[in-house]
Amino acid sequence: MTYVIEMLNIRKEFPGIVANDDITLQVKPGEIHALLGENGAGKSTLMSVLFGLYQPERGTIKVQGKEVRIANPNVANALGIGMVHQHFKLVHNFTVTENIILGMERMRNGRIDIHTAARRIQELSARYRLSVDPYARIEDISVGMQQRVEILKMLYRDAEILIFDEPTAVLTPQEIVELMDIMRKMAAEGKTILLITHKLKEIKAAADRCTIIRKGKTIATLDVQETTGEKMAELMVGRPVTFKLEKKQAQPGEEVLRIENLNVRDQRGLPAVKNVNLSARAGEIVGVAGVDGNGQTQLVDAITGLRKIESGRVLLHGADISSLPVRNRNEAGLGHIPEDRHKHGLVLDFNLEDNMILETYYQEPFSKFGVLKREAIRKYAAGLIEQFDVRAGQGGQTLARSMSGGNQQKAIIAREIDRSPSLMVVVQPTRGLDVGAVEYIHRRILDERDKGKTILLFSLELDEILNLSDRILVMYEGEIVGRLDAADTNENELGLIMAGAGGRDRHA
Amino acid sequence: MRKWILFFTSERNQKIIVPFLAVMLGFLVGALVMLFSGYNPVEAYLALLKGAGLLGNIKRFGDTLLSMTTLTLTGLSVAFAFRTGLFNIGAAGQMLMGGFVAVYVGVTLSLPWVVHMLLAVFAAVLTGALWAFLPGLLKAKFKIHEVVTTIMMNWIAYWSVYYLVPTYIPGHFNTESIPIKPTATLRVEWLTQLFHGSYVNIGLFFALAAVVIIWWVMEKTVFGYELKAVGFNGQAAKYAGMKVSRNIILSMMIAGGLAGLAGAVFYLGYTDNIKIGVLPSQGFDGIAVALLGLNNPFGVALAAFLFGFMNAGKLFMQSATAVPNELVPIINAIIIFFAAIYLMIKIWLQKIGKRFSEGGGDE
Repeated sequence: MTYVIEMLNIRKEFPGIVANDDITLQVKPGEIHALLGENGAGKSTLMSVLFGLYQPERGTIKVQGKEVRIANPNVANALGIGMVHQHFKLVHNFTVTENIILGMERMRNGRIDIHTAARRIQELSARYRLSVDPYARIEDISVGMQQRVEILKMLYRDAEILIFDEPTAVLTPQEIVELMDIMRKMAAEGKTILLITHKLKEIKAAADRCTIIRKGKTIATLDVQETTGEKMAELMVGRPVTFKLEKKQAQPGEEVLRIENLNVRDQRGLPAVKNVNLSARAGEIVGVAGVDGNGQTQLVDAITGLRKIESGRVLLHGADISSLPVRNRNEAGLGHIPEDRHKHGLVLDFNLEDNMILETYYQEPFSKFGVLKREAIRKYAAGLIEQFDVRAGQGGQTLARSMSGGNQQKAIIAREIDRSPSLMVVVQPTRGLDVGAVEYIHRRILDERDKGKTILLFSLELDEILNLSDRILVMYEGEIVGRLDAADTNENELGLIMAGAGGRDRHA
Repeated sequence: MRKWILFFTSERNQKIIVPFLAVMLGFLVGALVMLFSGYNPVEAYLALLKGAGLLGNIKRFGDTLLSMTTLTLTGLSVAFAFRTGLFNIGAAGQMLMGGFVAVYVGVTLSLPWVVHMLLAVFAAVLTGALWAFLPGLLKAKFKIHEVVTTIMMNWIAYWSVYYLVPTYIPGHFNTESIPIKPTATLRVEWLTQLFHGSYVNIGLFFALAAVVIIWWVMEKTVFGYELKAVGFNGQAAKYAGMKVSRNIILSMMIAGGLAGLAGAVFYLGYTDNIKIGVLPSQGFDGIAVALLGLNNPFGVALAAFLFGFMNAGKLFMQSATAVPNELVPIINAIIIFFAAIYLMIKIWLQKIGKRFSEGGGDE
């Protein structure tokens, strides 16, 4: 059996850590091969080695059976290896064709020959059923379409091996299904696909084989058809993982949050939240689903006080908080797990213990008469680190920047939950986290609900919304277009409403 | 030998080692420059040390401390702003305006010594703070970058003093003010005697007190915590409920106040009057001091001492060895260059350290 790519016994160290200890990855031509592992398991490092960004300390790489040294990404490209990055690298005010030929423009009579290129893109698009318009501008097309432009970029450069780095993170459920089809189509045409992900469902749906790595080592390479999601998760995490959350029936109490006719504008001054009305009660989780960019961010900002509202009211425990500053809202019982942990959730240049008191530093016991009480802060932070199992090299003294994403997120969740707010606005709490961390964080959120707290959950992940929520609201173009009970809806229905295909209102 | 190398390359010690290396490299390159131009670097450096009083001359050492006093305060002004995410290029203007108001108070009021002096110093601090208020406000409310506004404020200060001095407190020449009254001076008899007639004055103690206070505020107080949070990540500070705009303005004003204090110690403690047509260079040297001091208050004091001694010694070096005193700015520039490539030096050190800790330091 010849492999199209072989990475044998790869070892890559960084000062203080071994990112790849002993990884072997063998990919057959024309297959969809998934690379599965927790955050920090070494997936990205391995792909960076394959893409020529890092040189391994040990091990060999073979492409089409020949041993190669991939000194830089240009070498990788020349070997037919292409990568679709998680964050697209596109020029927004260029057309699809202009983006694709960028860096390899062909000239004709002293001008760039757009039309020949566009014709070839049209052909490729038709062949792989991508339905991309070569003359559309990037800023006018959807995120899913933009991803296809990235794919076309690889195909245009005759890549034989395509690496997809967490490709579904930004897509709607329907787009994910389409992407899976495209991948299968490409594999059928003889391309080899390496899919980096930690979503087991996608691996089940698309991949032929799957290599699982844990703590820098290859654990197993499995035939996806012959295994189960549970088995893969267990191998990835190193212990059995539960998927379906044990969830008691919610016991909703009195109304905690009430939003009346809320209108909010975005940075450009355009209406982003339109006439939103919602209510959330004690002891329930209200999920807000929607495709990214349909007003969720602005709604969160309006509730938490990060953005001025245009009109309407936000009531917490019956009191209008819509014009209060953030501090007063926090003191009135609002907690916020923000969407972007680096932008809002943490001061990355502070150490962990200083981040643990980000909202409470001015209160006793953390300070007295304007002077910080280091002792109390240290003890408090150590307690949270212990209780929430936040892993940080030097405990409370660890620089937040140097921690892994999962542990950063745990730190934020620890801080917010410990403040014990009656309303918690939770936004994308598990983005980019692995199964083990997701399970833990979901558990903590459910615990808060069972303690009688109100949770308003915003997420782009339908699984998360469906697993956690008691009631579900769907946002589309700034409006709430669907109100559903979590118990009697499913992914398909939600996906259709999210895409704007007509609303549902089935709340009692 | 290996122990030494490991000491030099350890991550923990680099906060001290990198600035130290920058200074050493500065002197080394300075020596090379002298060798190439036909001077004896050993003689020149000895003269520099002697001129700065580091080889035993008390008065010259007093002058070194005098020069250090002003630089400590301007350096502190820049470093403080920097720690809170602001780049204060306006220390010169804040110092000049502070100095002008100090001199004005020193000239026009008649009060007993301590009261008069303290009032003049206080007026200078307040003026410096107010001079920085506008850039702070513009940054906080309209996101206008403080580099632009503080530079503009420098020139507004320059021309204001140009007009105000001859109009309100004209002196013997119309390019300078009349001298302050003796009741407003920062010089005290015992210090002058202790340092054999040097102009070193109690401004030095103000400066050292400022170093300790700023360190304490930054590291130990709720206010300092907020300022740093705003400086590192304004968005997260806003999320945490801090008043970001207010903190930016306050931070700028404190930086301005420190520069204003620099104006007070310079004009009330050294020159006794204020000249027009000069933007004090200490304001800009403060940037270098802050850089070399890694924006740490104590580091700033050390860096100010270094620059102070070179300032104090350079003229003596020129007369004693014929090495032009312009050599000193050359050395300063090289030191700043090496301090500015802090990260690169750090990476070099790490590479050396790694080789030695792995390879066992093959002797």
